[in-house]
This record gives sequence, structure tokens and C-alpha cells, in this order.
Amino acid sequence: MKDEISREERVDNLKGMGCSRKRVEDARFTQGKGNYVDDVKLDGMLFGDFVRSPYAHANIKSIDTEAALKVPGVVAVLTAADLEPLGLHWMPTLAGDKQMVLADGKVLYQGQEVAYVIAEDRYAAADGIEAVEVEYEELQVVVDPFEALKSDVILRPDTVDENGKAVDGAHGPRNHPNHIFTWEAGDKDPTEEVIANAEIVAEEEMYYHRTHPCPLETCGCVASMDKVNGKLTLWGTFQAPHAIRTIVSLISGIEEHNIRVISPDIGGGFGNKVGAYPGYVCSVVASIVTGKPVKWIEDRMDNLMTTAFARDYWMKGKISATPEGKITGLHCHVTADHGGFDACADPTKFPAGFMNICTGSYDIPTAYLAVDGVYTNKAPGGVSYRCSFRVTEAVYFIERMIEVLAIKLDMDAAELRRINFIKKEQFPYKAALGWEYDSGDYHTAWDKALKTVDYDGLRAEQAQRVEDFKAGKTRKLMGVGLSFFTEIVGAGPVKNCDILGMGMFDSCEIRIHPTGSAIARLGTISQGQGHATTFAQILATEIGLSADSITIEEGDTDTAPYGLGTYGSRSTPVAGAAAAMVGRKIRAKAQMIAAYLLEVHDDDVEFDVDRFVVKGAPERFKTMKDIAFAAYNQAIPGIEPGLEAVSYYDPPNMTYPFGAYVCVMDIDVDTGVTDIRRFYALDDCGTRINPMVIEGQIHGGLTEALAVALGQEIAYDEMGNCKTGTLMDFFLPTAWEVPNYETDYTVTPSPHHPIGAKGVGESPHVGGVPCFSNAVQDAFRAFGLTHTNMPHDHWRIWKTANELGLHD
Amino acid sequence: MSDKMHIKLNVNGKNEEFLAEPRELLIYTLRERLNITGPHIGCETSHCGACTVTINGKSVKSCTMFVAQADGAEVTTIEGIGGPDDLHPLQEAFKEHHGLQCGYCTPGMITRAKKLLEENPMPTEEEIRFGMAGNICRCTGYQNIVKSIQAAATEMASAKEAAE
Ligand code: FES
Ligand code: FES
Repeated sequence: MKDEISREERVDNLKGMGCSRKRVEDARFTQGKGNYVDDVKLDGMLFGDFVRSPYAHANIKSIDTEAALKVPGVVAVLTAADLEPLGLHWMPTLAGDKQMVLADGKVLYQGQEVAYVIAEDRYAAADGIEAVEVEYEELQVVVDPFEALKSDVILRPDTVDENGKAVDGAHGPRNHPNHIFTWEAGDKDPTEEVIANAEIVAEEEMYYHRTHPCPLETCGCVASMDKVNGKLTLWGTFQAPHAIRTIVSLISGIEEHNIRVISPDIGGGFGNKVGAYPGYVCSVVASIVTGKPVKWIEDRMDNLMTTAFARDYWMKGKISATPEGKITGLHCHVTADHGGFDACADPTKFPAGFMNICTGSYDIPTAYLAVDGVYTNKAPGGVSYRCSFRVTEAVYFIERMIEVLAIKLDMDAAELRRINFIKKEQFPYKAALGWEYDSGDYHTAWDKALKTVDYDGLRAEQAQRVEDFKAGKTRKLMGVGLSFFTEIVGAGPVKNCDILGMGMFDSCEIRIHPTGSAIARLGTISQGQGHATTFAQILATEIGLSADSITIEEGDTDTAPYGLGTYGSRSTPVAGAAAAMVGRKIRAKAQMIAAYLLEVHDDDVEFDVDRFVVKGAPERFKTMKDIAFAAYNQAIPGIEPGLEAVSYYDPPNMTYPFGAYVCVMDIDVDTGVTDIRRFYALDDCGTRINPMVIEGQIHGGLTEALAVALGQEIAYDEMGNCKTGTLMDFFLPTAWEVPNYETDYTVTPSPHHPIGAKGVGESPHVGGVPCFSNAVQDAFRAFGLTHTNMPHDHWRIWKTANELGLHD
Repeated sequence: MSDKMHIKLNVNGKNEEFLAEPRELLIYTLRERLNITGPHIGCETSHCGACTVTINGKSVKSCTMFVAQADGAEVTTIEGIGGPDDLHPLQEAFKEHHGLQCGYCTPGMITRAKKLLEENPMPTEEEIRFGMAGNICRCTGYQNIVKSIQAAATEMASAKEAAE
């Protein structure tokens, strides 16, 4: 048989890996036909909402629901007393801690859930909330984590025994009732010795402020208990639907096969939608109690004030070096403010996430890290906001320490990085804090970045600007922000990584239809990343059917194979690998079928784009479509009918994407206003699946980095009042504040990943925050600034300029 | 509750008539009463623009307008801008230039962008960024949204030229 089209055309037709395939999701979203959780409507559906605490720390003396129950439209009100007989007044957090579902005798932060009002619609629920009377007894508030570790005020009744002595927590002994854990990595004594004897030591304290992922869609769910069939269906904004199913089963006692969790379209997650929230538990209980479906959708204030803050790390660093700038040791101590409950979602063995990636991209022989987790009267969390577990904090820490060391050495910060990079030939590289970096070529990426932006030219321009400023010719300073980051993403491996005992593998299942199209399902869930587009591309290349003929489905636990969901950039490294592996299983069977049809031995056919050909005789072939048809409709001796497969992929290691970013910024010292003149981002995420989607992820991640570095924060006053509960106070950049970004890349495939991909969604956030921050700080380096904390909003920048005497 | 009000609206070309409490917000009317779920809720404080609709020729954030204030008005939502058989150039351009990710802001973005292009058919990048500053996107970083709007403007201009 002769082919009418060329091999290139056949490759193009596949729309496989490497092409900028347009997204299949977009048709419905651009026409207003997405199906988000708040779009789910069921007959007789009720609406639940919370009475929340106005106080940050208080005992609850009484809750009177009588008046609320008389409000028209109010159906029921739940309090901790109602949940207690079910054992549901507390629930486990993903971090091994436990959390109150509804206030059990006291509240620990402003906005905490006190009672759950169930009503016929949102307005009636709001009326009901107004009518619930709660009597509080205010307690002394502790918002400062250092204070908390000394205070006589014990926040949690469950952290002490009857004698008031601290009991062990989930990660070991506590040294104070308000202490959650101490977690260490590396070698303490050798590191301290190296630093004590070093010629050059730079020290810095920095606060990585509290912020919030704030996706445009808030969290929510619809719970529907079908009492006739004993089945619970739970729709919700879940980044990890299977994990939610298991947790719901464990805490409710409903068998897992009777629970169906569905993540519909999700309006962004960024870490906000990984955890389990009181709203989910209360909605499930409410549906069981009322026999009706119950919807809960948090409003923006609830979202910012209660579900999933990020960061809040007080970091203290010491870095030692030779006079030539070769780094010899790194010491890091963190005080981690977790708020009222430790509700981060880190793998069990890593209560401070992967903070021990804080040696960064550098060959640092000795290092030590210790993290102390602390309870305070603030909202619970500590989630990973667009990053793998605590990696943003780690990268910020090391990229600031490098700058501080450069100042100490009076050295160029780009050169300091270069002489300390892990060299290409050192990979796989075993870092001092335990990780084994899979692959990297940092020098090539760095040189490319510096050359593209004309780094030397920028420094010359900057020096001139300083002169001009000193001469009174300008009031604008210029900063050159640098960052070189190494991420660690794609958790598992299962031997290392689990969440509440759930192993962090992922999965893909595919069913090829007789006419050569397919449906594939995965254990992950897209929140805007475009999985339906990109996973089909991986499969297309692996199995030789066009991506347009492959439907991707995620997020329904009744149909999708078990997986741990989408966060920590794990979709491509883990589920993407599962997709590649499942494709290879299909291909193996297809090869046997092809050989039979072509009447040759299995080894005599080979895969070529969309077909198997007889080796040395490319005119003799069977396309994958032919093979799919035969798989179902032809009796083939020794081969069972059908063409489907499933793969559960437990990665042998994490992947380590990296990148080199440069930001050029002008700063008006009199107003503190920043102007980003240029932002260059080079990313190396290994094999690139869809360049268009990668670029989009980078634009988005950089914009979230800009937000965090330049203004976004969750702030409290000393009474524990959250000062940033609306989008008026919580900075989300608009099109007006955001620059255009230049993107670039190198490709260093992961050696252990089946297609060499590393994941990209979070890199720009991780690398972007220090880059923006370094740009601000660099502008003031010539005037004596070593370090100032984020967020660098106009007021804080003005203050820095003022403190440096630049307004005199 | 206070007495219900008699409201008449024309939404996407269809006349609607109903009784509503004075406190009913327009976004609620659209999403809950009329089942028009294209406009979304992101803040309910006029900051994010996810709920943007067009009312009598003006871009309006429907989360902070009572339906009573819209009595007698003509309302257009994303559903009235284009569907499978008559896609608007903006809808095509957002797909072509990757102007969306999670899609949650998209109905509001496109609704606002359509109005912007009616007022200014060939805006500069700066004019687009300024004109779209009432609509927040958490995913895209705006670069491709700007590109999409520019592409749609060009497309619409050449279509208009061809028609003349
Ligand atoms: S929901 Fe209307 S502006 Fe945000
Ligand atoms: S695409 Fe997600 S908010 Fe804009």
C-alpha cells in the first residue's frame, strides 16, 4: 500500500508533543458554557453558609440558634454540638494535625467557622446568620510566632495534658504548647563549624510575608446524599478529588464505593483547593441531615480570611565563603507561622515541605536547616501557593542570601552565582540537604540569559544612573534583578512522599475505540493548565492516534483511576509519565496485532508515527486505526480482544526544572513607584509538550510572582483582625500593572522521566518572586541597602529610600 | 421581607418578567433565576469583573447592581455575544492566542472587550490595558489577553472593510 501523504504531514496530523496545539477547553469557556461548582444545580438544593467569629481568640460561652430557626427560609443550623456525636466536630488536616470543623468551645482566629446555617437560598442563609446569637469571652490574642513560643497563653486545648504539659505532636515532641514541630535537615555541627571558621560570612534575617493563592473562583462544593441508594455525591473545587474521597470515607464512615467525588471545571487553584475545609464536611452532614443537596460557596472575604494562606516564614540565614566567593556553608533557621491549625498539605515526612531545597542551584558542600512550626491566632494553612511544597520560600531564601553575600564580597551577583553553580557534569547531583538533582545545565542557561539582556550594558547603564542621581539629574534609580532557581516538583516517589498515608503516585487509563479514537482518564485535575489538550498530545505521540481523536477526562472518582491530584507541578511529571507508560502498553499490544495482520514476526515490525511498518519495507504497514479495528473485530490467536490499558506511575525521583530570570526596573525614589522595563525569563522544563501552554503558564506565574513581591499580603493587626479581607486591600495586579514578558528556554530532559518532561506551571512563580524583589533591592545597593522585606509596595519602597537618606 | 417588585428585563434578546425582592442583585437574577451562568462571581465588591455584563450599552459589574436598578434595561451577557454557530471574533481570538486558562474570568473579559472595541475599534496596547483594568485574571498574566483583543480588532476591521 502506498501512502498519499508525507511523513511530516503524518506527524503534523497527530498534533503530538512539541506542537502548540490550540486548547480544546476553550470553546466552552469562551462561550460561557464552563461548568464550575457554582453552576451545579440540583432539584431542591439548599444553601449553607457560616456564622464566623469576629474575634481572633475567644471562648464560646453559648450559641443560640432559636431566632435563626424562625427566619423564613432557614431549614437548620449546625453547631459543634451537633457534629460531636458523629465525631465530625474536628477533622484531620493533610499535614497530620487536626482542625475544628465548627468552633468547639473556643475560636482561634478571626473568621473561624462557628455555626453552619442551612437555608433555601443565599439570602435566607445570610438572614439566618444574622439571627444566630453567639456569646464570646475574649481571650488574649497571640499573633506573633516568637511571642507564641514564650507565651503563657495556650492556644490549643489539645496540645497539653491535664498538668498543662505539652504533649507530642504529629511530627515529634513539642517544646511549648504552641509549638507544632521542629524539622531538621543536613548536618548541624559540621555546618556551624565551617561557618565559625570561615573568612567571609554573610548573615541576614528575612520575613517572607503571609499571602494567599486567591484564585478567581473561591472554594465551594455541592453535597448530595441519595438516601435511597446510600450514595453520596460531592462536587467541589478539589485539586485532589480522590484524596478527598478517601478522607470523606475515613471520617464519615461511608464506604468509599458509595462516595463519588466530582471536580467540575475549576476556576484556578494555585494551592488554595488542595486541602479539606469545614465547608465540605458541614455540607455533607447537612445533606445527610436534610436529605437534600446542599451547596456551599465561600465569598471572597471568607476565602482570603480562612481558607489556605501561604508563606509566613521568618527565615534566618548564614552563608560562608572564601574571599574568592566560593560558598562553603549554609545555615538556615525558619520560624513557620501556621496559624490556629497546621493545615498545609505537605507530604507526611516533610512538615516544612521541600524547604531543604534551599541550597538552590549551587554546589554547597555543607548545610543545615531547621524549621520550627508555631501556632498563632491567625487563619490556618501554610499551603503551597503556585509552588511545590515550600519551594518558593527556599528559593527566595537562597537567592537573597546570594545577593547579601555578593554585597559582603563586593562582587557582582551574576558572577557569584556562576562560580558556585553545580556543574553540568556533576549531575545527578547529591545536595547537602539530601536531594538528588536529576539533570541541569545551569551555566549554559545563565550565559544565554545574561547575553540576551546585555547584562554588562545594563550594569553600565545602572552605574551611570547612580552618577546622575548623585548629581541631581534624575530621581529614578535602576535595579537589575537576578534569579537562578532550581525547583523540585513531581511528588512521589511513594517511598518518600505520601499525604496522610496516601502514596503520591498518579495514573492514566486509556480505552481505544474500534474506529481509532480514544478516551483517556487520569488521576489529576486541571484548574486551567489545559490537561485535556496536553495529555492528549503525549498520548498522540505515544500511540499514533491524533490528539483530536483522544478525549481526556479527569475529576470524576467513579470513572477516573486513583491519583493524588494536581498541585506541586506534579501533573506532567507524574500523570504525564503515566500517560506515556499507558501509551507504551497500548503500543506493545498493537505491535503484536500488527505483526499478525502483516504476517510477520513481532520483532519484524516497528512503530513509525501513526503505524507499525515491516522493518525494511515501509510500504507494508498497518495504521493504528487499522490495528484498533482489528483489536476488536478480528479473532487473533493468543490475543484477547479489545485495546485498553492502565498505568500507575510511581516516579523514581522528583524532577528539577530550573531557570534564569532577569528583571530591569526603574524606581521613583520620591513616590516609591516601580516601573518594570523588562522581564526576561528563561525556563528549562525538560522536554516541552506544548510551547503555547508553557508560555501561558510562565506569563501567569510571573504575574503572581509580581503580585507577591510588590504588594500582595495577608496582614493582621495586634488584635488578630485580618486587615486584607477584600480585593480592595489584597493586591491582585490588573492588566495595567503587568508588563510584557520575554520568554526563552533551554531543554535539559529529565533522565528518569519517560518523556523527559519536568513540569513548568510553578517555576515562574518560584523564580519570579526573588527576581522582582532582587530588582528592587539592587536599585538601592549602591546606597547601602543589604536587605529589606517584601512586599515592596510603593509605601515600603518610599520608606526604604527615606531611611537611606535619599529624600534629604 | 419587603414587598416584591415587578421587574422587566430584556436579556440577550429575550423578554423576562418576574417579581423580585428589592435586595436581589443582578448577578443573582442572571445566574440563579434565569440560569444564565456565563457571568461569574469572583468578589461581589466590584473589583474583579468576572460578573461583567452590558446594560444599555455600558459595561456593568452585575454583582453590585440591584436587579431593580436594571428594570426595563437591555442586558447582554457572554451567552448573547456568540455561540457555536456564530462565534464572535473575540471568542475566536481568545482561543487562537491562548487568552485564557481556567476560563473563569473569560466571559467577563470578552464581554468587556467587546464593549471596549465598540468604543475604540483599534485601541493601542496601552488603551487595551487601561480599558481592561476592571477585569482581573489570575491565570494568564494578561499578555495573551491583550494579544487576543488586538487580533480581534484587526480581524473585525478587515471584515468591516470587506463588507464596505
Ligand atoms: S464579582 Fe462582580 S466585580 Fe467581582
Ligand atoms: S483564565 Fe483563570 S482567571 Fe483568567
